Amino acid sequence: MSNNGGEVKLMKICITSKGPGKEDLLEERFGRAPYFLISDNETGEWKSIENPFAGAAGGVGPRAAQILVDNGAKILVTGNVGGNALNALNAAGIKIIYMNGSVTVEKAYEKAKSEL
Amino acid sequence: MNPMKIAVASGKGGTGKTLVSGNLAYALSGLRKVTLLDCDVEEPNLHLFYPGDYDTQILKVKVPQIDYEKCNFCGKCGKFCRYGAITVLKEKIMFFEKICHSCGGCSIVCPEDAITEVDRRIGCINTYHPNENLTLYSGVLDEGEIMAPHIIRELKELTEEHELTLLDAPPGIACPVIETLEECDFCILVTEPTRFGMHDLKLAHGVTEKLGIPSGVVLNKDTGDFNETREYCLESGLPIMMSIPFDRKIAAVQNNGRLLSVEDHDWLLAFRELYIKVESMAGAEP
Amino acid sequence: MIKIAVLSGKGGTGKTVVTSGIAYVMDRKQSLADCDVEAANLSLVLNPRDTVSRPYYGLEKASIDPDVCISCGKCMENCRFEAIEENEGIFTINKTRCEGCGVCGEVCPAGAIGFSAFKDGEIYFSRSDLGRLSHAELTPGSGTSGLLVHEVKKEAILRGSDNEVLLVDGPPGTGCPVISTISGMNYILMVTEPSISAIHDLKRLLNVSRGFDVISYVVINRYDLDIPNSDTIEEFCRKEGIKLLGRIPFDPMVLTAVQDGEPVTSYDTPASEEIKAIFKRLMAEIGLENE
Repeated sequence: MSNNGGEVKLMKICITSKGPGKEDLLEERFGRAPYFLISDNETGEWKSIENPFAGAAGGVGPRAAQILVDNGAKILVTGNVGGNALNALNAAGIKIIYMNGSVTVEKAYEKAKSEL
Repeated sequence: MNPMKIAVASGKGGTGKTLVSGNLAYALSGLRKVTLLDCDVEEPNLHLFYPGDYDTQILKVKVPQIDYEKCNFCGKCGKFCRYGAITVLKEKIMFFEKICHSCGGCSIVCPEDAITEVDRRIGCINTYHPNENLTLYSGVLDEGEIMAPHIIRELKELTEEHELTLLDAPPGIACPVIETLEECDFCILVTEPTRFGMHDLKLAHGVTEKLGIPSGVVLNKDTGDFNETREYCLESGLPIMMSIPFDRKIAAVQNNGRLLSVEDHDWLLAFRELYIKVESMAGAEP
Repeated sequence: MIKIAVLSGKGGTGKTVVTSGIAYVMDRKQSLADCDVEAANLSLVLNPRDTVSRPYYGLEKASIDPDVCISCGKCMENCRFEAIEENEGIFTINKTRCEGCGVCGEVCPAGAIGFSAFKDGEIYFSRSDLGRLSHAELTPGSGTSGLLVHEVKKEAILRGSDNEVLLVDGPPGTGCPVISTISGMNYILMVTEPSISAIHDLKRLLNVSRGFDVISYVVINRYDLDIPNSDTIEEFCRKEGIKLLGRIPFDPMVLTAVQDGEPVTSYDTPASEEIKAIFKRLMAEIGLENE
């Protein structure tokens, strides 16, 4: 059996965040998260994306999923995901790690990596 | 004779719209042809008072269908959609049909001509013929669907040329209510003389004024106690056309899906009188 | 925070009376929200004060710049919502009908159509003796009541994060605003009455609620106005596996309480007694009873 743990650890991880930096707290909502922080494990760089749909009337889940797809994120760390978004994420093959509580994005990232 | 459209609305739910529209329709059907539209398409109730056979017409809206031979996943459709109904993945398009507003924009912006439109069901119209003069069109929005105004528009289009149409509006003041009220000749505002009813009557009256539709009030469950509603009507020039007292016997009839004007001839005459008042005010300056 | 929504399906069954009745006897720190944004009545029995408000913007809506418009009519041809009107060559947008889809802007050859935020209502946040109240008023004709409901809940949750309970007075129906209300709730208390219409609508509401991870309970208001119908509801609940938490008798004092602008449980009257009992049963069900 081949071990592709190494491959997985190199994938981009997206974490929903209350603010633009990795020292900001994890946001539990997916579709209406104020920011998406994407960590590129290969380069070690963080990309911060403000969610333009956070206040939209509807369809926020699918549009948030679109942001992940457009940015090549393969793993999502968040608190809750709604039905439509879940379908989109599953179809895109994006793995979801659920996390709650008052943790910083950075801590959430470390915890997620250790689970991969 | 010009077609006449009378709406029955309230603002607050549970004030008696269905009681008034259902009984008014029945009372008038003894004299002339009447069309009754149940525009409360999320929770239609009029058919409970007119049980019987019905014909069903399925209502559909246009939604996008992707031709994967032509699609190159450029993502323009997803970016255009203001409702988030399209998500473009690497090799697949995800379409969330219940949040699609059927605007047609995605097929317009697709540079590869890969989107055509197909029909999707959102609800239906059930048509009942309780007697030879009365036809009830009950609009039903399927659960979880959002396009209530579309069904209401369809109901109105079907019956545009009918001599006399009574429209039972949904509660509230959101877009399905406006869709129902628009272009009506008169609006009967049904209210209960309580603080809650008063508050919501003001909202509903604000709407009919904005739309320029002359209105009058029917007081329901009237205990004769709360005078503020009568005062408001007086001050704002809203005629009180009828008062239905609070009466457990009346409640019993209504609660069991029966019509007051069927069981009590005096009420039948009272509803006919209501219409005479409405007719004289309809089409007048608001 | 434990989140409880009071809903009904049919309007006028007594949601606001029950919500305010429970709020009055709630023995935990609570936040209150009135999600019936089209006909908000909860504030009429809670005496709110120190209200702050902010405008609520729904979907962006289209506007036609008359200086740029060449009156070709392509916008009107393509609008599926009959939101574009023409009067002697001047094209305008009917803001009530406009659903902000963007198609007119896309097809306009002159670039005459822009989209901007449109005020769809007002959001309020007030103090009251029973807890902070989040409420709103929707602009008539709006199509985004669901989002406004979401904003009202969000306000209540954000501003009351150290409270144990969120109690929500919900809207009637089973559409968008109700679905928006149910989302994120832990419990639903369905207030119904013994009438054919209410039973019909209760069933629809139950169907809708089953799409969510919530536990529902039912109470029958004015049950004694029709005992056979009340028995039908009880039987229905049993069959569906839903707990019936109480049956409130018809009580003229309820109307008095509403007219006085007070929660009914501040009076000594049969309906009050039953709502207090329902409160105790509800708290026991959700594990918040006091020993």
